[in-house]
Amino acid sequence: MSQSLEAYLILSALLFAIGTFGFLARRNAIAMLMSIELMLNAVNLAVIAFGAFTPALAGHAALIALLVMAVAAAEATVGLAIVIAIYRNRRTPLVDEYSSMRE
Amino acid sequence: MGIPPTIPILGWAWDDLIFLLLGGIMLAAALFVVIGRDIIRSGLAMIVAFGALAGIYVLAGAVIVAAAQVLIYIGAISVLILFAIMLTQTKAGPASLVFHRQAWVGFVAAVVLALLVIVSIIGTQWPGKEAQRIGIGTIDVAYLLFTPLYVLSLQVIAVLLTAAVIGGVFLAKREDEPDPGERETTTLERIRPPEPRP
Repeated sequence: MSQSLEAYLILSALLFAIGTFGFLARRNAIAMLMSIELMLNAVNLAVIAFGAFTPALAGHAALIALLVMAVAAAEATVGLAIVIAIYRNRRTPLVDEYSSMRE
Repeated sequence: MGIPPTIPILGWAWDDLIFLLLGGIMLAAALFVVIGRDIIRSGLAMIVAFGALAGIYVLAGAVIVAAAQVLIYIGAISVLILFAIMLTQTKAGPASLVFHRQAWVGFVAAVVLALLVIVSIIGTQWPGKEAQRIGIGTIDVAYLLFTPLYVLSLQVIAVLLTAAVIGGVFLAKREDEPDPGERETTTLERIRPPEPRP
């Protein structure tokens, strides 16, 4: 099972779906950011799985995964800073109360 | 006597058992992150999910990615997220409703997405499927990073991280600076305010 590409890819698909559900359903902005991190991890797992089963791509896959991690770190920094900046004005982390753009 | 090559009763390879265990732990922790009621516990479960994923990377032979996963995700991003949770937690916040009212649409979308991807994964003939799993050498990665293929990516990532740090500080900085005429309170006064004069 751990010797088949499909097992890794299915695990990655399930993780991505869980992250999608969290992003669409949670009210808390930070929970949405955590769901995004889960989705990025799922993508990383798929990339690593492809690399592990294709000898010509092994090093490239690891490198792409590392680049994705760096981008994820940048995204988390800016995203959390935005959430904290909004929280300072609106006093809530719940996204359905951020309705001033609609008014 | 050493460790037997397969699990004694079931006849599986040890790798399979570890893969199932780590995958199960990861999916369970991820589900808890998404549906957990208490967001601090969600943040802690996210650390568990990241750790199990690092184990799966080791199983796939990508040791350097596992090390980076532990350093970046468990060490940095989790701490960042936990701090943000603590900064934005309100006592009076309505914790009763975790999900939107339209969350079922998201649930349906996620299930459809998972089924679609899984069906297409199973239905595809992957080339190199029979190939043995191979390890990813750290030296290869370090060498690749400085080949013309990736050296531009390295520079762009460096600029991106710098921009993200500056942007994060700028966004999270307080906008209401204290008046220059106002006397600054010292740390000692903030701890114990001066007694009012009679």
